[in-house]
Amino acid sequence: MSNITVSSLSKIYKVPYRKPGISASIKHFFDRKYKLITAVDDISFKIDEGEIVGFIGANGAGKTTTLKMLCGLVYPTKGIVSVSGFIPKERNAAFLSQITLVMGQKQQLIWDLPPIETLKVNAAVYGISEKEAKKRIDELASMLELNDELFQPVRKLSLGQRMKSELLASLIHRPSVLFLDEPTLGLDVNAQLRVREFLSMYNKRFNATILLTSHYMQDISSLCKRVVVIHKGRIFYDGALTKLTNKLSPYRNVRIEFDKPQTLDDLKEYCEITQIDYAIATIVVPSSKLSFVVSYLLNNYTIKDLQVIETPLENIISELIRNGTN
Amino acid sequence: MYISLVKLKRKLVKFTNIFRALLTSQYSLMHEYRAEIALWAISGLLPLIMLGIWTQSSFANFNGSNYNFFVKYFISAFIVRQFTAVWVIISFEEDNLEGRLSPFLLQPISPFWRYFSSHIAEQLTRIPFVFFILIIIFLGIQDSFWIPPFHTILLSPIAIFLAFVIRFLLHWIFAMCCFFNDKASSLERLLLIPYLFLSGLVAPLETYPEILRTAAYFTPFPYLISFPSLLLSGSIVNPLNYFMHQLIWIFILSIFSFCAWRLGVRHYSAMGA
Repeated sequence: MSNITVSSLSKIYKVPYRKPGISASIKHFFDRKYKLITAVDDISFKIDEGEIVGFIGANGAGKTTTLKMLCGLVYPTKGIVSVSGFIPKERNAAFLSQITLVMGQKQQLIWDLPPIETLKVNAAVYGISEKEAKKRIDELASMLELNDELFQPVRKLSLGQRMKSELLASLIHRPSVLFLDEPTLGLDVNAQLRVREFLSMYNKRFNATILLTSHYMQDISSLCKRVVVIHKGRIFYDGALTKLTNKLSPYRNVRIEFDKPQTLDDLKEYCEITQIDYAIATIVVPSSKLSFVVSYLLNNYTIKDLQVIETPLENIISELIRNGTN
Repeated sequence: MYISLVKLKRKLVKFTNIFRALLTSQYSLMHEYRAEIALWAISGLLPLIMLGIWTQSSFANFNGSNYNFFVKYFISAFIVRQFTAVWVIISFEEDNLEGRLSPFLLQPISPFWRYFSSHIAEQLTRIPFVFFILIIIFLGIQDSFWIPPFHTILLSPIAIFLAFVIRFLLHWIFAMCCFFNDKASSLERLLLIPYLFLSGLVAPLETYPEILRTAAYFTPFPYLISFPSLLLSGSIVNPLNYFMHQLIWIFILSIFSFCAWRLGVRHYSAMGA
């Protein structure tokens, strides 16, 4: 059952526009000119309950504007949005109690106070009793591996600790719909991993619907089975991530280290040999023949090391957008 | 009927809990900024400067007023001003421009209460500093100490609180312009001129020409400084009429605030967030 339905959604911003220079500045003072910028252009998609969807695209593609419209922060210019049966722009209290928006570059924690103060305020705002709030804080803190950090001023925490505290503050009311706008932005590899693990756990435990934007493709590939690719406000692709990678990256690179130099003549009809450097060879194999080629190599050669190199998701998305634009 | 009352009670209890939590966190935050608050308290000395000017002028006996009246009035005005300070336009504009407003808008309570509680918390933190300054004033200015009648001690805090609410609502309405214009804080300066001259901050309204005084009482400004100061200084015998006017202004401004909010939030573009 669809938890989020977006139909013909558009957002056009009216932005002041002027040329540089003093005369242009004076002219602009008396006769202000505006430019209409289409941030989101007639997009439609549906997301089921409990699904994690990656929402990807370049900077300025319209990802954040879409998220803002989905959570009711920004009024759409056109189109229909329904989230958990509510119309976000009406900003119904019951709707706001079911959603959350986490922004990697912005925070709701009070900078000079420990996170626990913000958590207490949020618990009261969502009508959670003190006893229940303590239980939830303990539960989420243990999932996020947060302890004493909750009692130290936010300004003294590391970026990773702040982000985890931010997630805790955003999830204390156990929202069923999570809008995550680059939640791992600026975090180190370990902290990114912790956040991803936590989101996966939260999704499984509470059957939460998650719409995630991130420029780190590792976030997308490890959390999302489905992706929606947006470019210049329009949807370029909406479907399974594996289908996208197979479609745009039908070949795999395989790096093999043999015990002695090989010519690999017997493999030429199945793959392309791109490089042979003494006992190390690199070949390009069609995805459909990958398992056959790997088995063949293992059965017929003495192999010291074998690596199947995936095409980076960034390259695939870039390829998709380039193809679409052309 | 019974169910409605139960629902209302539940809502009131929930709201009380929220407001208490907001106030507690904001009070803790204000304690982090106590040095800044002490400076703000000291910077609110304008009424005392005006006291110096007025007691030295020939107007000191204007309309039968005397030195004691001016002393009590301006010291009262100093106290009233300390507890009616409002900076919501500036905070709201900053939050709007820097994207901090977005998380507030995503919670099932109006951001109005966050800013309101922040102001109340600041006032609570300011109390000891104001007492300290008052002791210095009483010691430094001749015949300046007085003990107001008991009913005045009870009613003055109410009048000051209502004055604060009126001023807060007035500023809130202007703060809503942030949704339409990036630099709405410049409008605060527009409010400053009528506030200075019609509220009784630079001179008691009793010293104004009759026509100007009458006109001033058709605006909310005299209820911000003049009325609470006159009440605290013991110059108003029957304050009921003034309280009624304060409540009427709160009612009118609340409606405008609500409409301005509804209209403004539609224009929110969540810039920077």
